[in-house]
Amino acid sequence: MVGMNGSQPILQVEDVELSFGAVQALIGVSVDVYRGEILAIIGPNGAGKTSLLNVINGFYRPQHGRIVFLEKERPKHFRPYQVARQGIARTFQNVALFKGMSTLDNIMTGRTLHTRTSFLSQALYWGRALREEEVQRRRVEEVIDFLEIESIRKTPVGRLPYGLQKRVELGRALAAEPELLLLDEPMAGMNVEEKEDMSRFILDIRDEFGVTCVLIEHDMGVVMDISDRVVVLDYGRKIADGPPHDVRTNREVIEAYLGVAHE
Amino acid sequence: MSEWLTAIFISPFLDMASGPIFFAEVVISGLLAGVMYSMVALGFVLIFKASGVFNFSQGVMVLFAALTLVGLMERGVPLWLALLLTVAVMITLAYAIERVMLRQLVNQDPFTLLMATIGLNFFLEGTGELLWGSNVKKLDVGIPEDSLEVAGMLLNKFDLIAAVIAAVLVTVLAVLSQKTKIGRALRAVADDHQAATAVGIPLTTIWVTVWAVSGIVALVAGIMWGAKSGVQFSLSLIALKALPVLILGGLTSIPGAIVGGLIIGVGEKVAEVYWGPVLGGAIENWFAYVLAMVFLMFRPHGLFGEEIIERV
Repeated sequence: MVGMNGSQPILQVEDVELSFGAVQALIGVSVDVYRGEILAIIGPNGAGKTSLLNVINGFYRPQHGRIVFLEKERPKHFRPYQVARQGIARTFQNVALFKGMSTLDNIMTGRTLHTRTSFLSQALYWGRALREEEVQRRRVEEVIDFLEIESIRKTPVGRLPYGLQKRVELGRALAAEPELLLLDEPMAGMNVEEKEDMSRFILDIRDEFGVTCVLIEHDMGVVMDISDRVVVLDYGRKIADGPPHDVRTNREVIEAYLGVAHE
Repeated sequence: MSEWLTAIFISPFLDMASGPIFFAEVVISGLLAGVMYSMVALGFVLIFKASGVFNFSQGVMVLFAALTLVGLMERGVPLWLALLLTVAVMITLAYAIERVMLRQLVNQDPFTLLMATIGLNFFLEGTGELLWGSNVKKLDVGIPEDSLEVAGMLLNKFDLIAAVIAAVLVTVLAVLSQKTKIGRALRAVADDHQAATAVGIPLTTIWVTVWAVSGIVALVAGIMWGAKSGVQFSLSLIALKALPVLILGGLTSIPGAIVGGLIIGVGEKVAEVYWGPVLGGAIENWFAYVLAMVFLMFRPHGLFGEEIIERV
């Protein structure tokens, strides 16, 4: 498949097999992600959507297959934090924030990758560490502005309503200035208004920051609205891959995902 | 009846007022003892902050470090070299703990991790005794034991030196982990392993560093307590004295560990000296626990700890 701008894919997942004991979570899945696109992964429960994200960000190591990111093949024993350093950030299905910390501190952890000073140098060069902190803080404030969460800057995230927690989590991922952003059900449990906000943020992230997004979403309305391309998984296999409209009318997808049409 | 009430509520304070120098002496000796408690509590706080694990084996780590040091010295290794070697042993231990224990338990329930540290507790205890024997050993690191007179007060030189060393250690650690990104990375790891690695924090490095540092803190505590009361199994029980300190200060706060230690140190000395005659002696043995109980009732997260908010 040719990329959106005829470019090389930013991420290539090639023929990935992942199993847990006898359970096959992913069977020969290949997905290319192109720079600047919003790719939605859909599929029924247990289809392997989250497993695929976990493979991409390094939580799971597939038994078979290759992952190429930014034209570099990922070595076998790469750890998740190393994947993060390559420029892949993510959010989680069930919101994985650092509950005891404020919104600000949570988003600051997203800057970890961009802080150069090490443990030792922080101990020895106090002043430099403080200056560094200031620079990081400025970037984080930009993210806070962008997501319109100024008013909850100092609030411990445990106290925030669910919709806002999701937004803070997005902020933390965004603060890392990733090349590729993985969003696992960014709109789960949200009301219509919150979903609209989140959709707008995702589109803006792509348009303003040029970040490529891969998202898992169940709300078909949202998927049709914001994604450039849709990949459909079913029982660990990829059964469709294409523009939203084509996928929506694909017979196999309708049967597997939306149920058999009665007309 | 009223006599008894006077003895409890009035005369101790009159005694304090009438002998200010003696009172100061009691308070200072309490502070000095308190610093030693803080040092043990600090080991707990460091690990708890960085992995959400209540390290049951902290007390045994103190014992293990002291045993290793004494064992080496008994075999004729000079003090400085023995110290260096023990530090190396504690760092190696931290590395081994990460490799063998923590790495297998990423993303597990904190309770599972607690159970693992109980296992570690017995392992270290057994290994320590196997390697160095189980009899009481004398540890002499050459700190003078005699008294010193300051402004009319008699103070123990050893206690003073121990307090200075502990104060320096505590300050360095507090400043390091309270400010900037190190502290934040530690708290992030404690809160959520997966999310922490996803933002690029290397779990391994954080864990090894923290366990190594708390191993070294254990060594310092082991030297101080060991030189005072001999290196023996009961050394691991000072961890019990650290528990009330943690409850007072809050499990997640380094300044809390310090203040908690000082309050308990001073509290039990003052209570022993001024209320001991009325209530019967040995107040020192239970004072800390009663205070901890009161705190658990009214302020369970301690003076400086993080209030835990659970949404239902």
